[in-house]
Amino acid sequence: MAEEKMVSKTRKIQPRTLAVILSIIPGLGQMYNRRFLKGFIFLIISTAFLITTWDYIDIGIWGLFTLGTIPREHHSIQLLIQGLISLIVLAFGIGIYIYNFMDARSDAIAREANRPKPTLLQGVKGFYNNGFPYFMIMPGLIMLLFIVVVPLLFMFALAFTNYNQYNAPPRKLLDWVGFTNFVDLVHIDIWKDTFFSVFSWTIVWTVVATTLQIALGLILALLVNDTRIKFKRAIRTILILPWAVPAFVSILIFSALFNPTFGAINRDILSQFNVMLPWLSDPFWTKVALIMIQTWLGFPFVFALFTGVLQSVPRDMYEAADVDGGTRWQKLRHITLPHILFATAPLLIMQYAGNFNNFNIIYLFNEGNPAVRGQNAGGTDILISWVYKLTFESNNYNMAAAITIIMGLVVSIFAFYQFRKTASFKEEGRY
Amino acid sequence: MAMSRKKKSKIEVTFIYIFLFVMFVLIAYPLFWAFMMSLNPGSNMMVTELIPKNPTLEHYKWLFTDPNSDYVIWYKNSLYVAVVNSVGSVIITSLIAYAFSRYKFVGRKYGLYMFLLLQMFPALMGMVALYILLNTIGLTDSLYGLMIIYLGGQIPFNAWLVKGYFDTIPKELDEAAKIDGAGHLKIFWTIMLPLAKPILAVVALFNFMAPFMDFLLPRIVLTSPEKYTLALGLFNFINDQFSTNFTRFAAGSILIAVPIALVFLLLQRYLISGLTSGATKG
Repeated sequence: MAEEKMVSKTRKIQPRTLAVILSIIPGLGQMYNRRFLKGFIFLIISTAFLITTWDYIDIGIWGLFTLGTIPREHHSIQLLIQGLISLIVLAFGIGIYIYNFMDARSDAIAREANRPKPTLLQGVKGFYNNGFPYFMIMPGLIMLLFIVVVPLLFMFALAFTNYNQYNAPPRKLLDWVGFTNFVDLVHIDIWKDTFFSVFSWTIVWTVVATTLQIALGLILALLVNDTRIKFKRAIRTILILPWAVPAFVSILIFSALFNPTFGAINRDILSQFNVMLPWLSDPFWTKVALIMIQTWLGFPFVFALFTGVLQSVPRDMYEAADVDGGTRWQKLRHITLPHILFATAPLLIMQYAGNFNNFNIIYLFNEGNPAVRGQNAGGTDILISWVYKLTFESNNYNMAAAITIIMGLVVSIFAFYQFRKTASFKEEGRY
Repeated sequence: MAMSRKKKSKIEVTFIYIFLFVMFVLIAYPLFWAFMMSLNPGSNMMVTELIPKNPTLEHYKWLFTDPNSDYVIWYKNSLYVAVVNSVGSVIITSLIAYAFSRYKFVGRKYGLYMFLLLQMFPALMGMVALYILLNTIGLTDSLYGLMIIYLGGQIPFNAWLVKGYFDTIPKELDEAAKIDGAGHLKIFWTIMLPLAKPILAVVALFNFMAPFMDFLLPRIVLTSPEKYTLALGLFNFINDQFSTNFTRFAAGSILIAVPIALVFLLLQRYLISGLTSGATKG
């Protein structure tokens, strides 16, 4: 041992440092550690990686910065996507490269400590054991990156370009324009008016519709849970029915029911009282109808959720309250509500987030209509259905993307509460 | 005194039943109305009746027998997408959930946060890019393109759900198996999967049902009618000439709504238990 120490002191560079430095060329460090096969594999993999991806990444990164230089020849949108994919591939490459350094270092440390060199089988086994979780998530992660993350990044990037119907590739090149789109959104009159009216309706819609569906679900869950009520199973099954029917079917049915000319609500019900309401042509009444329909669609989930959680409220707490002479209201207020709201808070937050982005009901019921003078969104459009129209109907991609980013910020607020909530559950102690 | 309390209780219960009855009517009326519409002869909505004088099954017959009807093809397409989506999503999400539930690795914590965050971003936000990506690999107007998007999009929510359920399976079980010499995959296959059957059934079911209910994604990806899924096809029945085809739409919808609702009602309690355990123990 003493001799060993002497030797390593007299050397200027420790083996682990040398192994890391040599690893600048992938595999060389491993070869220095006398792990020739591994080093060779590292070398092959990194060379293959470089050869196959170099051109793609080169063009991608260049495209990401310039968005092309020759109109008609360079397609800015394809370059942008290639750029984003390049970033991801590059991140993978850097990951392998860093792993190469770390591996060389840890092998060198093992050699300094004179641990025996693992056999081929042991090496493969160790690699399999350490890498196992990565192999498991790899297929899903790759899909997630390309199907969810790249499209979101792309949308994010579009918000800083001038991509619209008049300025579209391949005829024209796109440019990075910084925050111009966001400035336009709050300065140009038509955008400003539309944005603020749509945004405020989105907030009202989210808060009112979601709160109503939660309140109705809560009341029903408490009522059905009452010990004096019979046929609980049957009642619960019927109350869950609106959730079981595919939403697009029920929304389209409602859309027909509310139709002012042939819909049953005006024709068969309200006509009894000599009332005809402009359900689809007046923004106010359309909004009322939308909120009622969403309550109809959304309460069963909350009802089922609360019904499930109600079973888990500890009985002895009620008994203790009885002993202290607590009234029913007090028991509800201080035992039941805190318990079930705490247990379901993350899911309730998700309900708000879900309605904030509830494209289906807005679009299927009345396509966001009726039209409103002086703005380029319909009277009942929420942000996401407006984005849909801007994208697929008027091709205002840049503005749609800018609005998407603002929506993303709002969603992140929901997510932030979600994180805090989940974190607090964690501290409560899993096993 | 005792009498009046009993009376009060009776009145309360009566009011609860009345309230529940009102709810039943509100729930049943639209569904009943749609069913009755599907039995009305002809397609003129102006002359439809809630209780038709001469009910008919002509719309149901039309869906299956008329040469202009693609209904059977749509049903087949939806079934195909649904089966692949259901099997694929169970495989992908259970693998991810296993890694996140049982292993420590670099990026684990941020991966979980990423799933939570991504659940809240609807796929619609990235639709333009998805379309362009599918276009570059030639999968627009193809059921495969649709499947890939479904499979990728379901990951954040379901991985989170299944991971939460895996967390409730005692770790002692896999440690005991490890001592007996079981490898990573063997533990996954013989312990985790069998014990997690309820939640995997929920994931399978919901991903089976999703293609039957979603019309938006097919609308963007698919263009030729023989590639349509049911939801998109039905939507197009009434999208163009609303008043002329609603009776037909009603018939077609009832044929998907009934099986889906039945399966759903049978299995919803698994979903609730899965959701609450996943959310509260995540």
